Amino acid sequence: MVPITTLHYLVVAAALFVLGVIGVLTRRNVVIVLMSIELILNAVNLNLVAFSRMWGNLHGQVFSIFITVDAAAEAAVGLGILIAFFRNKETVNVDEIDLLKW
Amino acid sequence: MNPAMNSALNPGMAPVATPWFFYALAALAVASGLAVITRRNAVHSALALIVTLLSVAGLYLMLYAPFVAGVQIIVYAGGIMVLFLFVIMLVNIERSSKDRQFNRMWPVGLAAACALMALFVSAIAKGNKLLFPDRGMTLPEGTNTQEIANMLYGEAGKMGQYTFAFEIASLLLLVAILGAVIMTKKKI
Repeated sequence: MVPITTLHYLVVAAALFVLGVIGVLTRRNVVIVLMSIELILNAVNLNLVAFSRMWGNLHGQVFSIFITVDAAAEAAVGLGILIAFFRNKETVNVDEIDLLKW
Repeated sequence: MNPAMNSALNPGMAPVATPWFFYALAALAVASGLAVITRRNAVHSALALIVTLLSVAGLYLMLYAPFVAGVQIIVYAGGIMVLFLFVIMLVNIERSSKDRQFNRMWPVGLAAACALMALFVSAIAKGNKLLFPDRGMTLPEGTNTQEIANMLYGEAGKMGQYTFAFEIASLLLLVAILGAVIMTKKKI
């Protein structure tokens, strides 16, 4: 059995990142698009923690905590926008949010 | 860098977790990540995302990061996902689950994502052993939280390396709170 190296974690993180990108680019439901963004941020966190172990210091782990803070702020603001929008247009589909489209 | 970090390379403790733990957690994370973007019902997606977050927390434990794993479980799985479930409850889920789930441009999005995956795979394969050497480090787990606190808050009366960034992060959270309150209020 091969020992688990940094490369293994990078592959898992790349898979999660691409799943998140697919969700953002193809889904219509805004809630699921926001969840896909959370998937992307988690993939980045996993990379940072893996590199933190690779270099043997804790800078990556501290950065991943900052990214968690960022994800919390993003979720709060994004869901606030979603509720404000749902009150006006009664829809959660991204392709019906087209007021700026000419 | 303080001297305690230099003891990071203690060879005494062999890791308890075997490679099977890694493969099981990684498979669970990717499978439930796939469920997040394919389910019709948004509540099912949210529950699948919770499973993904918990298995990523398990991967953090395998990477000698117990504090980050705890933050992941408490803040992500406990806080952010509850927020998501509340919002799913507020918006009309009945109608949107009967709609078309993917937008009209989905083949383009899928092709772009596949191109991104190819880029990642080639980057990881090219950088193989040179960029990502496997040193097989064992970080000290017992003092993990203390070390992170020293970097964030500083130690012995001096500012830590990330104290300023930490204050900026608190400001970001304040702005996010104000933004969420202002946007969700009907009348200000």
